[in-house]
Amino acid sequence: MDGRMRLSIVDRDRCVGCQICMFACVRRQGSAGLDGACIGVRSVGGMEKGMTVIVCRACPDPPCMKVCPADALKLRNGGGVILDAEKCIGCGNCREECIIGAVFWWDEKNKPAICIHCGYCANFCPHGVLALERGK
Amino acid sequence: MLPGDTLCNVLYIDLGKKSYRIEKRPALFEAGIGGAGVAIRLLAEECPAGCDPFSPDNPVVFAVGPLTGLFPLASKTVAMFKSPLSGNLGESHCGGRSAVAIRLAGYGAMVIKGASETPIYLAVHGDKVYFRNAATLWGMDNLFTAGQIIRGREPSPGTRTIMRIGRAGEKMIPFAGVTTETYRHFGRLGLGAVFGSKKLKAVVVSGARSLPTKDVKEYRKIYEQIHKAAVESEVMRKYHDLGTAENVLPLNVIGGLPTRNLKDSRFEGAETMSGESFAGKYLGRRLACSHCPVGCIHIAALREPDEREAFFYKTSMICYDYEPIYALGTMLGISDPEGFLKLMHKVETTGLDVMSTGVVLAWATEALERGLITEETMGWLRLSWGDYKAYIEAVEKIVEQPNDFFKALAGGVEHASAIYGGSEFALSYGGNEMAGYHTGPAAHLGLLLGARHSHLDNAGYSVDQKIVMKKQTTPREIVDRIFEEEQWRQVLSSLVICFFARGIYTPEVVSETLGSAGFALSPDELSSIGKKIHFEKYAFKFREGFKLQEERLPGRIFETMSSAGRIDADFMKQAVEYAESVLGAAGAEESK
Ligand code: SF4
Ligand code: SF4
Repeated sequence: MDGRMRLSIVDRDRCVGCQICMFACVRRQGSAGLDGACIGVRSVGGMEKGMTVIVCRACPDPPCMKVCPADALKLRNGGGVILDAEKCIGCGNCREECIIGAVFWWDEKNKPAICIHCGYCANFCPHGVLALERGK
Repeated sequence: MLPGDTLCNVLYIDLGKKSYRIEKRPALFEAGIGGAGVAIRLLAEECPAGCDPFSPDNPVVFAVGPLTGLFPLASKTVAMFKSPLSGNLGESHCGGRSAVAIRLAGYGAMVIKGASETPIYLAVHGDKVYFRNAATLWGMDNLFTAGQIIRGREPSPGTRTIMRIGRAGEKMIPFAGVTTETYRHFGRLGLGAVFGSKKLKAVVVSGARSLPTKDVKEYRKIYEQIHKAAVESEVMRKYHDLGTAENVLPLNVIGGLPTRNLKDSRFEGAETMSGESFAGKYLGRRLACSHCPVGCIHIAALREPDEREAFFYKTSMICYDYEPIYALGTMLGISDPEGFLKLMHKVETTGLDVMSTGVVLAWATEALERGLITEETMGWLRLSWGDYKAYIEAVEKIVEQPNDFFKALAGGVEHASAIYGGSEFALSYGGNEMAGYHTGPAAHLGLLLGARHSHLDNAGYSVDQKIVMKKQTTPREIVDRIFEEEQWRQVLSSLVICFFARGIYTPEVVSETLGSAGFALSPDELSSIGKKIHFEKYAFKFREGFKLQEERLPGRIFETMSSAGRIDADFMKQAVEYAESVLGAAGAEESK
């Protein structure tokens, strides 16, 4: 995997809200269901207004990383972060700091769920909303 | 079932006492799997014999299945209750986010009993249940607004469902539905009215937990096969492109499209009311239920100028499908798509069932035409084919019931025709208003024999197109086909698999996917479970007084040419007698 690749939302307006991407992300992590999904899809104030897809933007200088008191988030090559789950104390600072809400939560583990830009979900999106692209 | 799977949790809620408890019922799920198979047992357990549908004792049961949240296209919730419309088995299926939310909140089923004294809504977040005051939402004109308010007040957007009723449900109109996620419905048979009788405005459920699998590698492999089969399937193209509205033109060509209260089976306005025409001119967005790649939900964008101010427009997003186009379009002689969309929007804001509403209005129009009623009886409203503005007014009157006539209409077409006459053209089966197919004898037998009198019970219309229109057949053959299909569909609806995906979920595939959820059931075992559930549903119907020989077939269906020619009354009589003997024998077998 090329470290500089990142998951991007190529066309949000094509999203039908099926959440197949969310389920895919959980499967990628060896589980099933929705706990631990690193991508979130929901309506923008009701189904009549369409969908929004929320996922880590691979910030080059990630705010979430700076507020981690346990040094559990490391800068990922290409932007974004990689979590060291053993160091993470589950305080939730990172979640508060990400203003787009892209730090999701793995409730059963009490740890953040943050996209690693692997592109697994994009392979399942039936409507061409997601793609793994070279970071700009 | 796998150890630790929360599927076996049943959440019991008492609205009167404002209390709840969770019970583990693994044996229930081992036997009934989930969905319809579990719901019918819970209904038989919880609903006292002879229960008044509006009594606090009438339970509302919701059930999902083991594949929900694990595999795509298994995202329907089955609701069961005693129906105020038919006075018997009430069953309704709905997608949206409902099933995934219930499953991932940690439940396989929910049973809601009792009644609140004042309006409330329920919020179920994981293992916590909150009883919230809904007095301010009660009586609100527009159902969309009530949804918006709850949306703003409850947590977990994206992983929750909001099931709600409109004024029709509050007023306990026996064909009021429950709406979820703005565009999906528990339609038919009046679940909305049962909510209303309990003063239950809405049920919010949220959850996003993880689920166990037997072997995660194997699970991923099967998942990928199903996903691939789904996205490459013909259904995917059909239902994603034009949606169910694609059926309008083909049904019109074969003369199976009920028009103007089935005085006709072809509609001169079919072209403008077709899926092609809606997609070309109005399609504004497509949506999917949770965990469904197809995305069959078609939403039209209707841009209307304001009547009072120039350059002032409002845009409404209105869902359309084949059945609404039939019920509020062709049945009412409406060929103006914008007129249809406005009428559809009106019905949606009230929370009435679209199909029943259309059939009721079609009957009223013909009754007026024939002089059974007068404009005066109607309170000086003149209904005439194609006049959508008058129909919009009539919908409001069904909800508000300003006079005896609209009170009668609000009771359903069977009820209204019992008072005013015209039962030969009152199109209903077992009290449930007819669906949009006049393809031949099997369509109507399917509605009559279906346990919930729905076209989705057994797809009789498809038997017409595959068999009756092609060759000489016997009443026996048709009834056998109908029952066989209905029995397999009990398996699908116990797994809460969308019927559109029935081609993907063959008995072998179902058996394989169930393996991932820890159920070892062969295709043969599945089919006998399907049969059993079918008979259990009938056992409930018999318990509540259903008598097939007392049910009527509306005279109109014999008058109007169907796709398979004129329907022969004698043929139908023989079919019903044979069906009776099959169900009777099964009933005797069951009670042993
Ligand atoms: S790219 Fe990978 S980690 Fe990110 S949301 Fe998709 S599947 Fe999850
Ligand atoms: S899989 Fe694609 S279409 Fe479905 S919710 Fe995710 S982004 Fe939207």
